[in-house]
Order: sequence, then C-alpha cells, then structure tokens
Amino acid sequence: MTIPFFDRRNMNFVLYEMLGAEQLTSYDYYREHSRETFDAIIEVAEQIAREHFHSHNVKADKNEPVMIDGRVTIIPEVKEAIGHFTEAGFLASHHREDLGGIQLPWVVNQACFSIFQAANISTVAYPFLTIAAANVIEAFGSEEQKARYLPPMLDGRCFGTMALTEPQAGSSLADITTTAVPTPEGHYLLRGNKMFISGGEHELSENIVHLVLARIVGAPPGVKGISLFLVPRYQVNPDGSLGEHNDVAVSGLLHKMGYRGTVSTALNFGENNRCVSYLIGEPHKGLTYMFHMMNEARIGVGMGAAMLGYAGYLYSLDYARTRPQGRLPSNKDPQARPVMLVEHTDVRRMLLQQKAYVEGAYALGLYAAWLVDQHKYAPDEQIRKNCGLLLDILTPIVKAWPSEYGLKANYQAIQILGGYGYTREYPVEQYYRDNRLNPIHEGTNGIQAIDLLGRKVTMFDGAAFKRLLAAITETIEQAKSEPVLKEWTGQLDQALTTVETATAALLETLGQEGIETYLANASLYLEMTGHLVLAWIWLRQASVACRRMESASGSDQKFYRGKLQACRYFFHWELPKVHYQSQILRNMDRTCLDMQDDWF
Amino acid sequence: MKIIVCVKQVPDAKDVKLDPVTNTLAREGVESIMNPYDQHALEAAVALKETCGGEVIVLSMGPPQAEEVLRLALSCGADRAVLVSDRSFAGADTWATSYTLSRAVKKIGDYDLIICGKQAIDGDTAQVGPGLAMRLGIPYATCIQKIRNADDSAIVVERMMDEGYDVLQSGYPVLFTVVKDINHPRVPSLKGKMKAKKAEITRFSAADIDADPSCIGLSGSPTQVVKVFPPEPRGERAIFSGTVDEQVELLVEKIKPYLV
Repeated sequence: MTIPFFDRRNMNFVLYEMLGAEQLTSYDYYREHSRETFDAIIEVAEQIAREHFHSHNVKADKNEPVMIDGRVTIIPEVKEAIGHFTEAGFLASHHREDLGGIQLPWVVNQACFSIFQAANISTVAYPFLTIAAANVIEAFGSEEQKARYLPPMLDGRCFGTMALTEPQAGSSLADITTTAVPTPEGHYLLRGNKMFISGGEHELSENIVHLVLARIVGAPPGVKGISLFLVPRYQVNPDGSLGEHNDVAVSGLLHKMGYRGTVSTALNFGENNRCVSYLIGEPHKGLTYMFHMMNEARIGVGMGAAMLGYAGYLYSLDYARTRPQGRLPSNKDPQARPVMLVEHTDVRRMLLQQKAYVEGAYALGLYAAWLVDQHKYAPDEQIRKNCGLLLDILTPIVKAWPSEYGLKANYQAIQILGGYGYTREYPVEQYYRDNRLNPIHEGTNGIQAIDLLGRKVTMFDGAAFKRLLAAITETIEQAKSEPVLKEWTGQLDQALTTVETATAALLETLGQEGIETYLANASLYLEMTGHLVLAWIWLRQASVACRRMESASGSDQKFYRGKLQACRYFFHWELPKVHYQSQILRNMDRTCLDMQDDWF
Repeated sequence: MKIIVCVKQVPDAKDVKLDPVTNTLAREGVESIMNPYDQHALEAAVALKETCGGEVIVLSMGPPQAEEVLRLALSCGADRAVLVSDRSFAGADTWATSYTLSRAVKKIGDYDLIICGKQAIDGDTAQVGPGLAMRLGIPYATCIQKIRNADDSAIVVERMMDEGYDVLQSGYPVLFTVVKDINHPRVPSLKGKMKAKKAEITRFSAADIDADPSCIGLSGSPTQVVKVFPPEPRGERAIFSGTVDEQVELLVEKIKPYLV
C-alpha cells in the first residue's frame, strides 16, 4: 500500500470549512468557477503529482543534475513530469483567460501546488520559478516584453529564474556589482557573476529567461541603484523564433544537501561582452519589482516547508501505527505481545507536535494565499486594503515559521523511525535534507526577522501591525462564547497583550537607542510573533471543528477531535513560549549585541 | 473524421471483493472509474482527431452516474458525450449491450470510425466491440496496438498477435478495439475540466433509440450467470522457520525436484 504524502481531508477542511473558498466564486473575476471545478482541478493535480512527481522523488535525489560536455543533464522523469504539469495548464492557471489561463483563485492554485510540493519539491521548483518570473513580466514588463516572453513561459517552452545573489553578496543585495551598460539600440549589455541560481541551465525547455538584478553604469549606490533586467538564454526574434545564444555561461553547479533535483548554478553574464539584456520597468526600481516576485516566492517557500513537514508526519504516523515495539510501562510481562509504536505516549507526543506544526503552517499558508485573492479581487475596497495590510505583515511569518517548524517536524519524524529513519531506505531523511534549505533561501529567516520588525511593524504608521492585532481580537471575540474554546481564548488574549507590550517597548527603544538595539533580537521577535499568529490560526481551526463536531459522525468526528487536540497541544506546549520571549525582548537583552568577535 | 468511442464505467479493480456469502461482486463503497482499456481507446481517438481533424463522440450505456466517466472523457479531449440510459437496459449481457449500443450509434449516425477498449475489466468478455460491429454490419479488428496512419479514405493499423503483429488497412466505417500498448492516456487539462463540468450530455432512452424491448436488458440477454466464485488456491504453501541458513536449506530441498 502506498503511504499518503498529503491529506486531502485536511485540505478540504482548510480550503472550504475554514476559509470558505467557494465564496470567492461570487467575485466577478472568479465567476466561471464553483466548488465542483475547484475539486475537479485538485483531482488533476493529485493525479499528476502521484503518478509523475512522487514516483521519481527518490531517484531525483539520488541522481542530481550533472554537467556532461558543457550541458546540464537531468534524469528524464523530471522533463516528463513537468510536461504533464504544463499540458494540464498549471503554468497559466491563475492568469486571465486571454493569456491562456482559467482565472483560478490563488488559494486553490496554492492548494494544488502544495500537493506537488509534498510529492517532489525539487522537480516542481522549475515550473514554480517560471510562474513567479512570468508574474513579474506580466506586472512590470513592457507590452513588447509581454508579447514576446509570456506566451512561451505560460505554455512551457521557456522557463524562468531569478538571479539576485552574487558570490560576494548574498543577503546584502546593496553590494551587488553586476553592471549594465546602455547601448544605442536600446538594450543593455550585462556583465557580472551570479550564484545559487536554481534552474539556471538545463535542457528541460527551449529557452530560459533570467530575471537579473544589476546596476546601470553610474547608478546611485545601495539598493536604490538596482535595476531589473530580462536576460534570455537564447535571443527571441520578433516572430517568436529563437535566435543566437546569449552570452550567459555556466561556471559550475552547486552540490547541495537537499533539493538535489533542482539544478543550482553559478552563472557568468557577459564573459564576451555581448550579454544582451532588457530593462524591466524603470531604472533603479529593480528591487521593488523583484520583491513582487519574492513575496509570492516567500509564501511558496512557507508552503513547501509545511508540505515537507507534512509528508514526514504522515509517513511517521503510518510507521507508528504499523511497527510493533515494546510494551506499555504498566505491562511487566515480557511474553506479552508488543504494542504498536503509536501506543507509547512519548511517540504520540512527537506525532502531536508534528501535527500541530504542519497543520498550523499549512492553514497559515493557504490563509495567506486567500488574502492574495481578497487583496486583488474583493469588491469592497476596505477589504482589499485590509487584506493587503495583513498580507504585508504576515509574509515574513508565512515564510519563516513553517521553514523553522516544518524542519522540527521532520526531526521528529526521523526520531519516530529511530535508526531506520536515519537510513536512506526511508524517505524521512530526504524530507529533512530538502527542508533544510527553506530557512535559507528567498531571504534567510534572519532577513525575514529584520523585514518584520524593521519594516512591516512600523509601515504605514503601524497600520499593518494594528490590523493583525484586530484580526486576532475578532477571532477571540467570536470564539469566546464556545465553552470548549474559552480557556484558549483567554490564553490567546494574554499572548496578544504580551506581544503588543513587547512591541511597544521595542518601538520606544528605537526612538531612544537607535536601530542597532531595536533590531538586535529581531529573530526572537519573529519567533514570538510567529507563535502568536499560529495560535490564532489554530483557534480559527478549533472554532470550525467545534461548530462541525455536533453534527459530525464517524471519521469526520475523529478528524475534528484531532483538530481540537492539536490546538490544545499548541496552546499548552507552544504558546506559553511567547511570555519568556517577550520578557527577553522587553528587557532589551544585549547579550548577543554586546558579544565581541574576539571573545569567541 | 467522425469518431465514436465506447466507454464503460466499471468498479475500480483494486477495490473489488467478492461477497463470501453470495459470491457476487461487493460493489458498495467501491470507487467507479473509466474502464482502463477505454481510456486508451479515447486517447487514440483524440490523437487521431488532432492529426486528421474531425470530432470525437463518447458513448456509454449505464446508469445516470455513468455521466462521470463521460465528463472525464470530455475533459480529456472528447467533443461531446452521449449516455444511453434506461431502467429497461438493466441486467444486459454482451448480446443485449451490443444491440443497445448499435441502436445508439445508428441514432448518432454518419460515423467513420468506432474505437472500443479491448475488453472491460469487470466482465472481461471482450465481446461487446466485435458484437457491436456485427450488429452494425461493419468490418472490425481487435487488439490494435498502433494506428500507423489515416486519411479520408483509409486507415492503417497494427494488430497485436501472439508473436509480432499484422498490418491491416481498412476503409470506413470500421470498428477497432485497442490494447494498452497503443498509447499513454493523457491527464485531463484544467480547461478540459472546466468545459466538462458545464457540458450538456445527450441522453438516449430506450424509446429514443427505438429499441426492441425483447432485445434489451435482462429479457434480451440469453446469457445466464450460473455461479460466481473465487478460484481455489492452487498448490500448497509452506512457511519455513529457523535461522536463515536453516530456512535456505529447507527451501533448496523443497525446490530440488523441480530443478532441471
């Protein structure tokens, strides 16, 4: 029997019971859809993910891309799987009908994508990068760029990358040195080196479009002088046919711990001084445009981390249910039949911990995707505005929290399998290795912490932060009347006050002691706020479970009981952490700030 | 080219069990799917339409819920769907089924090619395709593994044989049944799913196809199923115990008589 790698029942719970995704069909943009079309599309995703992605997840890990005679070679299953993904229409699904899409809500799109992420995160990375790059071109490209590059990107002939990092500049984009020289023909000639470029070179598609950050000669220093360029691997003629090879060379492949199926490249642009590139939008606004891509990518990273955690949880759950081992402490008879692992309380603790992390992270990710839909298409302007604010402040949490705690879930999955979990015969070690990338890429979690505390908390005079607190308060007020939830509403209320107090104290520090002290413990602030947000998401899930439990029976009733128990775990074992974290923050603890290099 | 593809909704074989008391198929709670051979028939038709042009019509006989497989066929590239459904069709054997389908095909009319799966995985008779051709009075060939080429006047196919294959050429109309080797059925597209959900499915009742009541359903079925039973387990089984070396020793002893 195949062990499931994702949970459709829980997907339906979050999508329909918690978020009410069907209501989106009342919006004009989504009017062609219904619950039936959503379900039918999810079934297609499930079929392709199971038959064509999950089937080579291990093989892709064991056979990473290699350079042979200057070309990147990837196992054939990757191209075949992406072919099915593309032919089904997932590259264009959320786009307008005139672009070949079906105007699928982003939340349903993300639900579909989450299945692919659980099935094979490294293969699906290629189309995901392409989708994100196409979104940037659609949002900021010229009409000519859209006409020339979007159609092949939406039908799979051309893939996309994002090229930000340089060997000497990773998190610090202000220090990038790739330069662009304008030419009389209107294009630019690019020169520089980029590092860790996923999907930078391969034979999976006819062409590749790199979105590259670079400085136009004479641009202001720092991030205000960064522009965004479109650099095709092969030139594209006006009629859409491919022209000559552009001056983009692979200088090497990176050999990674996980995500091995996704080729990671070091690229040299303009070695021969003929790397033709095209400016996207206006000069010096590249970072703003790229963050359009990055923000979506960050939600995607969070979902990917949640799904890798989820796949590990489901595997270890199945293992714990079928592996007889030992006897309960109360049974002293060595001849007695061993019990299944799941009978041991400590194993149940590890399962419950995983469940609380991954189902919480999953619900948060889909909620963020639902906010994207509301922000873009809700008829009410105030709803659009509020959802935009929530999305702004939640993005660093949606990226960072699942990538920290999805990994912790994978740790526990390995622990449950014991020695077997540490071997390559079982998939949980691969999930762990794959997931270890997520706290690093698309902005490290340290960068996310600075983004949250340094930018998002204070943006629009604190409007986004206030909107988040108001949303949490609304949930508390709605849940208060339910006796089962009363204890948790009180605890969440206290945690809310704790976070609010710590934030106020930090903002006071900002005025008195400056930005260094203010941001000194930003990572702890991210973790504390993340826990608050996850507790809120869990209370929302528990509220739905409570309402539905009365009329539920059989497996549904057990499902809702499981939700309440996981919520209980989160509130008893996890949420209290915010109080000591808040204490450290309120005390303006300077331990890390004062530490000196030569003391190590 | 106007192509009719016959599809059947069948219980998913991996879920089917026999009721130990009645020895009949226990269908309750068993998921229904499109007969796997019919998926290949559909793919062959859609691929042919994509190269030669024309129209693909999917035809099924079954209860109202058989609409599901017709919608799946529409999402995979069929242009329209016809469900032949009437209480009086219940209990039909292959004789009555091929008669009923032939009436529906005549009602659709003006066809060039009919493609069926080699057999259905629930009955496993492989009779309906040939039976349908005989009823219609058109030529047929079974177990087609490849369509080599087709134009307005003729179609050339490969028929799978025990060793090798035959190359056959036919004019129109003609009926083929296909084996799984012929192609890899495509996954439905998202646009196809959207279209299929909204599509109108044509319904034919017994009266619509002017069926002779004595030729349909149970009363029109000469076949009598006397008994359904699971086959007796063949041969004896042995499970060895002891250390690995001891078990290997026992195994060698056991298979020695059969070794050449």
